[in-house]
Amino acid sequence: MSQGVGMVGLYVRDQDEALEFYVEKLGFRVHKDMRNGDYRWLTVQHPDQPSFELGLFKPGPPTLDAGSAQSLRELVAKGAMPPLVLTVDDCRAAYDRMRARGVEFTQEPTERYGAVDAGFRDPSGNGWKMIEAARR
Amino acid sequence: MSQDPELLRRLLRAKDRMDAASHEEWPVRRLARVSGVSEAHFARSFKEAFGIPPHRYLLTRRIERASALLRDTDLAITEIAFQTGWSSLGTFGRTFRDVTGESPGELRARVKAAPHELEHVPVCFVSAAHRPDLTIAVSEKRRQEAGSRIESEETEVP
Repeated sequence: MSQGVGMVGLYVRDQDEALEFYVEKLGFRVHKDMRNGDYRWLTVQHPDQPSFELGLFKPGPPTLDAGSAQSLRELVAKGAMPPLVLTVDDCRAAYDRMRARGVEFTQEPTERYGAVDAGFRDPSGNGWKMIEAARR
Repeated sequence: MSQDPELLRRLLRAKDRMDAASHEEWPVRRLARVSGVSEAHFARSFKEAFGIPPHRYLLTRRIERASALLRDTDLAITEIAFQTGWSSLGTFGRTFRDVTGESPGELRARVKAAPHELEHVPVCFVSAAHRPDLTIAVSEKRRQEAGSRIESEETEVP
C-alpha cells in the first residue's frame, strides 16, 4: 500500500448529472455512492488509477450554510475553481471519442512543443485540461 | 450581488468561446446568442459575473496571445497582429503598449533575453499567468498616463 493523496473532491451542481458525465462520457467508475438523508457521498475512479478517488459533491447543508453553498454554486458555474488535468495516451483520439458522447470542449487538441492538449468542462463548469502523456 | 448559477454557466460558455477564438470578431449579438440571453442583458450580466466588460476581456486574451507568439515564435509582428485579431498594425502596437507598458518589439527582446522561470508548469497554463490584468478601460489608462506625464512635467518646471 503506497502513501499519498487518496481523494480530491469537486463541487458539482447536480450529483446525478455529474455521475452520468464522469461515468458515461469520461469512462470513470463509481467507487462510493452512499446517502444519509439529503447528503450523498459520491466518488468515482479512473479505471487505470485504483489508488485515487475523485469526489463529486454538491455544496449545501449539512456541511455548508445556504449562503456559502450559493456562493460556491456561482463560482463553479463561472469556471472559477482550480485547474484539473486528465492525462491520456492519445489526446486526439480521446477528443473524438468524448466529443461524440457530447462532452463540451473549450479547446480543440493543440500541439505545443510536441505535447498535445485539449480543454473541456463538466456540466457544472469545472474546467479540465486533457494532456497527452509525453512519449519518452 | 447573487446571480443565477444557470445563467453564469451560460455566460461562461461565451467566455470560453472568446478564449477559443479570440482572433475572431465577437459582437454582443454573437455573445448573447451563445449565452442564450438578450443583447440588452448580456454585457451587464457578463461584467457582473467576471468583473470586466466582455470586450475588455477579449482584449486581454488577444494581448495575452500576442505576447505568447512574440515570446515563443519568430513570426513577424505584422503577422502576429493579423493572427490575433487586429486589422491594423498601428492599432495593435498602440493598444499593446497602452496595456502592457511596452511595445511588441520591446517585449520580444526582453523575454527572449530572460530565462523561462515557468517552464515546469504545463504550457497551456503558462499563457494564463501572463494575461494582462486590465482593471480599467484602455482609454482610461491612456488618460491617466497622459495626466501623470503632464503633472510630472509641470512639477519639473521651476
